[in-house]
Amino acid sequence: MAKIAKSPWLLHYDGSSCNGCDIEVLACLTPIYDVERFGIINTGNPKHADIFLVTGGINEKNKAVVKQLYDQMPEPKVVVAVGICACNGGVFKDAYNIIGGVDKAIPVDVYVPGCAARPEAIIDGVVKALGVLDEKQKAFKKAKKTKGESK
Amino acid sequence: MFYRILSAALYILFGGVIAGFLAGLDRKFSARMQGRKGPSVLQPFYDVGKLFSKETLALNHGQFVIAFSFLLLMIATGVLFFAGVDILLVFLALSTAAMFLVFAATSSNSAMSTMGAQREMMQMLAYEPMVLITAVGFYMATTIMNGTGSFKVMDIITKSDLPVILYLPGIFVGFVFMLTIKFRKSPFDISTSHHAHQELVKGVTTDLSGRNLGMIELAHWYETTFLLGVVALFFLCNKWWSIPLAIVSTLIIYFIETIIDNVSARVKWELMVKLAWCVTIVCGGINLLVLQYIF
Repeated sequence: MAKIAKSPWLLHYDGSSCNGCDIEVLACLTPIYDVERFGIINTGNPKHADIFLVTGGINEKNKAVVKQLYDQMPEPKVVVAVGICACNGGVFKDAYNIIGGVDKAIPVDVYVPGCAARPEAIIDGVVKALGVLDEKQKAFKKAKKTKGESK
Repeated sequence: MFYRILSAALYILFGGVIAGFLAGLDRKFSARMQGRKGPSVLQPFYDVGKLFSKETLALNHGQFVIAFSFLLLMIATGVLFFAGVDILLVFLALSTAAMFLVFAATSSNSAMSTMGAQREMMQMLAYEPMVLITAVGFYMATTIMNGTGSFKVMDIITKSDLPVILYLPGIFVGFVFMLTIKFRKSPFDISTSHHAHQELVKGVTTDLSGRNLGMIELAHWYETTFLLGVVALFFLCNKWWSIPLAIVSTLIIYFIETIIDNVSARVKWELMVKLAWCVTIVCGGINLLVLQYIF
């Protein structure tokens, strides 16, 4: 079966960011950085996605949204927190409604710091996430196999 | 009979693979037109392989049966065509297969998926008349060329001394216009799109995941090969030179579709139906009238 790392489809969600990181995420798709050369597609659909890219901190309102998007993604899946706000809340950390980084809502696999995170850093983070995704695929296959045997 | 079974068997074995390669070339070519490097030509195979290895999330377990029926009927459509049977039967099988995609989309509660299904039916409404006119055109052209008309794909190829496109230029233009709708290329990719950032998320395929989505992708590849086969039928006759002519023309048509996809923006469904029917009436209708009253 094909390696999942050769065809990673992205889902991008903007928590409560200033849009700086979002612009950089979109810049990755432009001719200069062209992430599609790695087979990466920005799907915009959790059911098709393998990598969940979150920018911005998590607040009380969007916590449930992030959780739901995560739950709608089929296994194996990885989460990448892009930008310092997604890592730990950043400059909004002490704001009354911010509960912190993405890891306060869902498990995060790769942290990409920066304000705003540069496209090179985002691509590096996603490539690192691909390694994690491969590991998870192996574990997923193993779990599937043992489940099949026990039946 | 042997060649008919052979060509049908070759279609089952390689029909999907050929369209997969074409899809890869399409993506590479589109990327180059946009000044990007683009993914590997084998990318569509990596994508489908991955989809089959992923978890399948379905709210409605009937979705698997429907998606599988879509794949099976699409392969059956191509098998009928490449076995050289009646083209009317082939087109009816195509419509039946297309309905299963609509069923797959409506089998979930997602609003995006349901709206995609409605748009898919609008697309069917737009292209079906032209598809029927194409079948009638083949019959009338063979009547003029050979004395006895036939709907049989085998007869259209083996009994004609010249390609039927000489009598069906208008119908050919109309059919290529419908191909843009069938291939889900811009400006008519309104029910689902190959690209992200569609207003309906992914339209008909929004709620399909893993294996189910993989089967739908595979069915689209078989559909592409079959439709390109119909394009080739316009050029094929019982002379050897018609085979390279058909292959080259088919590739050129696919290339043109890619260019159209890259240079146009999505239209609303009202405009799509109006445009499609205008092309059907003007290109298809006039061609049929000329065949009827002038030859």
